[in-house]
Amino acid sequence: MTDSNELIRLSAAALAAKLGAREVTSVEVTQAYLDRIAAVDGQVNAFLHVNAEEALAVAAEVDAIRAAGGAAAEELHELAGVPIAVKDLIVTIGQPTTAGSKILEGWHSPYDATVIKKLRAAKMPILGKTNLDEFAMGSSTEHSAYGPTRNPWDLDRIPGGSGGGSAAAVAAFEAPLALGTDTGGSIRQPGAVTGTVGVKPTYGAVSRYGAIAMASSLDQIGPVSRTVLDSALLQEVIGGHDPQDSTSLTDSFDNLVAAARTGNVKGMKIGIIKELHGEGYQAGVENRFNESLELLKEAGAEIVEVSCPNFKYALGAYYLIMPSEVSSNLAKFDGVRFGLRVLPKEGPLTIERVMGATRAAGFGDEVKRRIILGTYALSAGYYDAYYGSAQKVRTLIQRDFDAAFAQADVLISPTAPTTAFKLGEKLNDPLAMYLNDVATIPANMAGVPGLSLPGGLADEDGLPVGIQLLAPAREDARLYRVGAVLESLLEEKWGGPLLDRAPELQAPAIGAANTVGGSN
Amino acid sequence: MAAINRDDVAHLARLAHIEMSAEELDRMAGELAVIVDSVKSVSEAAGDDVPATSHPIPLSNVFREDVVGHTFTAEQALSGAPDAAEDRFKVPAILDED
Repeated sequence: MTDSNELIRLSAAALAAKLGAREVTSVEVTQAYLDRIAAVDGQVNAFLHVNAEEALAVAAEVDAIRAAGGAAAEELHELAGVPIAVKDLIVTIGQPTTAGSKILEGWHSPYDATVIKKLRAAKMPILGKTNLDEFAMGSSTEHSAYGPTRNPWDLDRIPGGSGGGSAAAVAAFEAPLALGTDTGGSIRQPGAVTGTVGVKPTYGAVSRYGAIAMASSLDQIGPVSRTVLDSALLQEVIGGHDPQDSTSLTDSFDNLVAAARTGNVKGMKIGIIKELHGEGYQAGVENRFNESLELLKEAGAEIVEVSCPNFKYALGAYYLIMPSEVSSNLAKFDGVRFGLRVLPKEGPLTIERVMGATRAAGFGDEVKRRIILGTYALSAGYYDAYYGSAQKVRTLIQRDFDAAFAQADVLISPTAPTTAFKLGEKLNDPLAMYLNDVATIPANMAGVPGLSLPGGLADEDGLPVGIQLLAPAREDARLYRVGAVLESLLEEKWGGPLLDRAPELQAPAIGAANTVGGSN
Repeated sequence: MAAINRDDVAHLARLAHIEMSAEELDRMAGELAVIVDSVKSVSEAAGDDVPATSHPIPLSNVFREDVVGHTFTAEQALSGAPDAAEDRFKVPAILDED
């Protein structure tokens, strides 16, 4: 068998091939990841819950089916036995779901999200639930009520957010795959700063049933992985029409893996978005971005420049639409139906006062800020000026995308303006934190798909830079096609995956680690 | 557009059912004023002729057959409730007695 340290560094596609050829068992793979989690997650804090027992049981089941052979073995999904981590915003039977909030501490969902049902149908062992900014509100994972996740490249730095747990888990080889959710960049920006791949599919391409809603017109579940092909494999597992999500598309998205394996950009037009690079972007980010453009040009793509003049309003419009939807979606946390109930310290025990005390104690600062901001934007007298105007900006952004895609097959930009910053650096400056998502937000506003892949390390700090690709709605396959080509050109230049250059995480001294194989 | 002040925040916090301390109101008013100031340019971006978009990919007439689908048992539905009795959610008093 393969050494467990080698095993955890394999891509999901390579693991699937080894499992299919019975060179390794799913129990060995799953145990190797559980051991890795036990060894390094004390430092990284990517996981809020480890689901060892169930994961090993699913792995054993897959191994038994493969060992028995026959029709049941033939029918196994390609990724059967490949473990996965799940962002703790997605509900799961048998494990707690906290959304990174005290208001849901210890809560168990009575149902599975549609994407979880699909993982179970594919028999992928679920390793556990990953950390996030509370209710996915943040760009650093520092707004988690359960402590920040740390970036495996530098433990003093943020792993991005809100899905810092999923990105860090994959970057630290604690999981080969993970699920994330992306409302304004929460899959792509963590991917960028941790040197991993993350995809926000077309709005509606993956069911949102069972993802705890933050901003329903923007939220999207998507894959987190170490390679472009792995994300394509995972999106095909979780995608497809779902009658339980009325925004779910009926289109077929079964060409993603094939696109990732095509490996050709000859004659494709790739558009640089004038407004999404240059001023405000770190020099090392800009250098790696330009290098990727050169590689694509050498591979036969035509690079054109496009302008999206209304993108400058995207951040402002996002910070009106998103909090408005947040204030409505989070009204359900009332201290009655689920989660925390806190009684007021004095005075009569009326529902209004119980709600006020519960929400004061259960929500963190960023969640409160956004609820108040949304309540303000939706209030009489301000509605037209704020929410109404923001919705018009949304139309303008869609028109900018339409015009840009008339000139180019895909668009390209840096994923985030900077590399990972230090923990605490922007925690007390909400506006500086919001600016991290300036390049990722337009895609959510328009519903178009976006992919972030590693573009190398910035010269000034040696930290990962992300390259973002954007495609027209329903054209997710283009992202995988171009992404896979760029990834292979870059890896050829580097002599291997970028994550090979990440510092080795040292297992802490005995006694400091989590319990091996146990729940935490 | 008017700036947001401490009284506004206190009013909004009541509407949103979030109790806030005096210190929290002061801090929140300061932070929100900065955020509101930074987003106000949005109101000047689009003219009256631009229609609003509420949904990125519009779908219409999303219906399903009018048949009973999956339902939770009372036990499942109440499994996360902080208080329940007789197969029902137990809600604190709606009205103040005095």
